[in-house]
Amino acid sequence: MSAEATEKKAPVIKFLAGNEACMEGALAAGCRFFAGYPISPSSEIAEKMSGRLPKLGGKFIQMEDEIASMGAIIGASLAGAKSMTATSGPGFSLMQENIGYAMMAEVPCVVVNVMRGGPSTGNPTGPSQSDVMQCRWGTHGDHPAIVLSPNSIREAFDTTVQCFNFAEQFRTCVVLAMDEIVAHMREKIVIPAKEDIKIVNRKKPNLKPGDPYKPYEADASLIPPMMNFGEGFRYHVTGLDHDATGFPSGAPDNQEILHRRLVDKVEMHKDELFLFENHRTEDAEVLVVAYGSTSRSAKRAVEEARAQGIKAGLFRPITLFPIPEKQIALAASHAKKVVVPEMNLGQYRLEVERILGPAVPVVGVHRVNGEPIAPSLILSAIVGG
Amino acid sequence: MSMDYFQYLRKERMPHIWCPGCGHGTIMKSILRALDKLKWAKDDVVVVSGIGCSSRTPGYLDFNTLHTTHGRALSFAQGVKVANPNLKVIVISGDGDAMAIGGNHFIHACRRNMDITLIVFNNNIYGMTGGQASPTTFTGSKGTTAPYGAIEQPFDVCNMAQASGATYVARALDIDAVAMDRVILSALQNKGFSVVDAWSQCTTYFGRQNKWGDASEMMDRYKEMTYNVRLAEKMSPEEKAGKYPVGMLFQTSRPEWCEEYGKLIERVSK
Repeated sequence: MSAEATEKKAPVIKFLAGNEACMEGALAAGCRFFAGYPISPSSEIAEKMSGRLPKLGGKFIQMEDEIASMGAIIGASLAGAKSMTATSGPGFSLMQENIGYAMMAEVPCVVVNVMRGGPSTGNPTGPSQSDVMQCRWGTHGDHPAIVLSPNSIREAFDTTVQCFNFAEQFRTCVVLAMDEIVAHMREKIVIPAKEDIKIVNRKKPNLKPGDPYKPYEADASLIPPMMNFGEGFRYHVTGLDHDATGFPSGAPDNQEILHRRLVDKVEMHKDELFLFENHRTEDAEVLVVAYGSTSRSAKRAVEEARAQGIKAGLFRPITLFPIPEKQIALAASHAKKVVVPEMNLGQYRLEVERILGPAVPVVGVHRVNGEPIAPSLILSAIVGG
Repeated sequence: MSMDYFQYLRKERMPHIWCPGCGHGTIMKSILRALDKLKWAKDDVVVVSGIGCSSRTPGYLDFNTLHTTHGRALSFAQGVKVANPNLKVIVISGDGDAMAIGGNHFIHACRRNMDITLIVFNNNIYGMTGGQASPTTFTGSKGTTAPYGAIEQPFDVCNMAQASGATYVARALDIDAVAMDRVILSALQNKGFSVVDAWSQCTTYFGRQNKWGDASEMMDRYKEMTYNVRLAEKMSPEEKAGKYPVGMLFQTSRPEWCEEYGKLIERVSK
């Protein structure tokens, strides 16, 4: 394995697993700090990072647990490094408090959650999509959420780059929700040339030495520009409610402004966040909404349904949150039925039902036995009454 | 000539939240006197804390300051240090923050030996939440969650630090500002992970519950509970029994994490 894949001027062809492609994407996006703790089925990301980062002058540290891993990447990001950690269900649960801190203190960072069966220790090596709502609502309090979910090896690379770009652009913690199948399956991948990968870096305030700096003063974008520690603008960072200066403030007006801005800064830009795929949805009378590895079974089922003369289509959200609500509604505009297959008991299905309302029946295809959802199961739901 | 503390303080953040009689301000001033001697550029200093009364200190200090989650200050601090080893990182934590919820981070930070100084403002109680027993509450002492007196043995912060691999370990009482200044300065100068167990009386929540009196009476009691480590050799085991040594207790030299990682980068990036 060469150290220079991310520096290549020409595309590089490789045969990678999702966890490896995720790591390549992180390095290509400029990630130079990784803190982590071993947990199946995400450990390969940490293992590969420990080998690759020092070759690029980056830093890898194995922490004592996932709580510390999350703290470390926040600290590293404040010191200027693009940072990430990778974990799975139980570790993701442990990270939640500090994920909320990153959102509250607006520190860019990326968390990869390779979903396995839960709750608790659950099924450490089996696939699952049962952390979808934890990705959205895992930490306490109202908060923004940006969550991406790839369904292929190339997309694991691309979405990881996107996660870093969104984290830097929006000054928040972004989650990559990969399921175990995508994390461990291998496919051919063409890693694009460096110049063809769009990289976003955190916006810096336009300040001269000695100028006053308010770290949480935002312009109309609602996203405050960010100085790193050590760059000559000393400021305070806290998880407490704070005002534009960064210092604690319990004043009701300040709290209201802060909490609304944290949510609105993502909400008002959400059209820039929506990544999705429409497959034969133009005239779809049966719409399947599926993401991650399940969407690959769903696409096959849609093709088989079409072969039987059923006008089926697939809408695949790559951005799970914020939810591409209008896009789902548009894809369902001719639908007489909507099928939502998930390796959980219906977490995203409830969102689809909320978006489409009672006029369209929504059918769930749910499996929580550690097995992928086969196309035949989805096809039965498409065909069945 | 007395030094100008306000060059290091955020005057607009005053008054501080600490109660009359609390020792935290005394320790904060010792830190500032040590930093004044070191002449580190303020832009290069990062002060990190967790949650609790002591952890409000960074907010008053004119450096890069990071007030994190309960118990996790060391994990944030290590991220800062690894990402930019040129920054001077100081962590301020309370006894509950460092030794209970942050206990695992404490022992692993000692083991890694990064060039970070941890100052534990140890008042043997959870002050901010109203006086609950902490991991350094003395056996028999009362807390609001130990109304009949604590039945558990307290952690000795310094023994824990030394056993876990810290390369500079000291204890000082807030009543002895000269000794406090000396050990904090040495801790900051040590190239590795340093721990100072800085005793601070909580008059409001420890003193009142335990009828230990006001601040000066509590400070006198701390003196009775401790002995100067430099006199240890001349003292009998009976004289030392049940007492805590104060002063510089342990110092050693071993590879510092960031330097070792720097060497690793050089070795593998060729």
